[in-house]
Amino acid sequence: MSFSLLGPIAEGGRKLPLCLFRVPAGFPSPAADYIEAHISLDEVLNVRAPHVYLVSLTGESMQGAGIFEGDLAVVDRSIEPVHGHVVIALLNNDPVCKRLCIRGKDVILLSENPKYPPRYVLEGDELTIWGVVTSSVRSHV
Amino acid sequence: MSKVPPVFGLIDCNSFYASCERVFRPDLAKVPIVVLSNNDGCVIARSYDAKPFVKMGEPYFQIKHKLRQHGIVAFSSNYALYGDLSERVMTLIESLVPAVEVYSIDEAFADLTGVDDLDGLGRRIRSLVLRCTGIPVGVGIAHTKTLAKLANHTAKRLQAQTGGVVNICNQFKRDWVLRNTDVAEVWGVGRRMKMHLDSMGIKTAMDLAKADPWILRKNFSVVIEKTARELSGTPCLELDELDLPKQEICCSRMFGKRLKDLPPIKEAVAMYMMRASEKLRAQNSLCKKVRVSIRTGMFNPEEAKYANGVVVDLPYPTDDVRLLTKAAVGALDRVYRPGFSYSKAEVMLLNRCKQGEYTDDLFATSQPAEAVKVMAVLDKINGRWGRGTLRVASVPRSSDWGMRREMLSQSYTTRLDQLWTVGCD
Repeated sequence: MSFSLLGPIAEGGRKLPLCLFRVPAGFPSPAADYIEAHISLDEVLNVRAPHVYLVSLTGESMQGAGIFEGDLAVVDRSIEPVHGHVVIALLNNDPVCKRLCIRGKDVILLSENPKYPPRYVLEGDELTIWGVVTSSVRSHV
Repeated sequence: MSKVPPVFGLIDCNSFYASCERVFRPDLAKVPIVVLSNNDGCVIARSYDAKPFVKMGEPYFQIKHKLRQHGIVAFSSNYALYGDLSERVMTLIESLVPAVEVYSIDEAFADLTGVDDLDGLGRRIRSLVLRCTGIPVGVGIAHTKTLAKLANHTAKRLQAQTGGVVNICNQFKRDWVLRNTDVAEVWGVGRRMKMHLDSMGIKTAMDLAKADPWILRKNFSVVIEKTARELSGTPCLELDELDLPKQEICCSRMFGKRLKDLPPIKEAVAMYMMRASEKLRAQNSLCKKVRVSIRTGMFNPEEAKYANGVVVDLPYPTDDVRLLTKAAVGALDRVYRPGFSYSKAEVMLLNRCKQGEYTDDLFATSQPAEAVKVMAVLDKINGRWGRGTLRVASVPRSSDWGMRREMLSQSYTTRLDQLWTVGCD
């Protein structure tokens, strides 16, 4: 798996904060001029926005999408759901986390685990998309 | 250049508390809901579909069977949830309009002056708030605040026909609404006022709008005169964006159970004082007097009744919780009588002043600088690690007199350990 270091991530390029060293002789820290605001995960995940909610996820049907038991989902209710989004859907008022698939006239809730078959939304089913999962957070300890 | 007439919008959440309970409980979308007051006492909110069966204020213990019979679900009030969702609703409204006055937890006035497509904006507000929070809102639009309230009332009453948005800037629409609204539905007209108005032949909002303002002022007050002027289209009230400090700070609550002995009542009063002084400091105010009162239940004929309160002067204007608690707990010794079953205590901070404007006596002592520092540290600690982390020793960590909330829903949006759980099955 490859990864890239977080560069400037917010508008205006916020970088990792630098420590302010105490210099006993009163010599000013050469870093002082370069200190910028802290990186905030709140901002990265946008969890302070009025339309964003945190939801706790259970089950194993979305493992292929990298979502595991106990992960936190960041759910945005302002986004228009489209084909391919991972969504919190209410299927007949039952909340589930699935990938939304729209193929012609068919609307399908896909799992990302071969053990779970796709769920076609049939006539008479009531489907509401509660929100779109924009990120998920997992703890590795 | 002629001045553009002001336009106000009133945005009001439909059955707000009940709607909040439904956000994370889609299974209750079509189930009637009631929300109970503190200590699960009586009904304080009803979903639309519970209204035909339950009246406001009905005591919970009296209607348990009725709730079961109609399949109505009851909740204890969950202010953590309502507060968070209210903030989200208000922030969303603020993103669409030039200026907002948050009027209550579920209502806001907006300044819509100069907006071209008012109906369109109303519908946009409604759909954005509904999509982003799940809370349905109604929007009333008019040239005065009182008329905007009335338009909103109409939007709610005729939900199906209006789509939840009513704009009565147009005079024909305004007159129709005024003619078809009972005067009791007008903002600020209470039940007793309605009786008086009725005897003067004022029955509809239109009658009030056309009434002689001078007679209204003479018979009632300047407030109702203003209401009448506002109904006839003359703005008397402006958008009040400033959050002015209220005259007094009050913290009172029913105990979760009846208390007979003094020590637990002292704990409760110390706890209420902690909350009250937090509010005081948040407003940068000081207070010169404290009022403490206690009472027994007032409606149970089997119980002996007693109620008493006392005002204590403080040595100097202060916001120091230690001094305030000492004064309040000391005052309690003066009003407490043994042999009664107490149900409620109240703490009030009176004669408030802003910090730095209390120099009525040159030689009077003022709050020591050390106290200011201690309080700042206290608020910082509690702000960071949660309310009650650092407290005066007379406030217990937990109590058995605390609020009874047996049907409390989760704090879905404010507690990491109580988030909504969704399955991937």
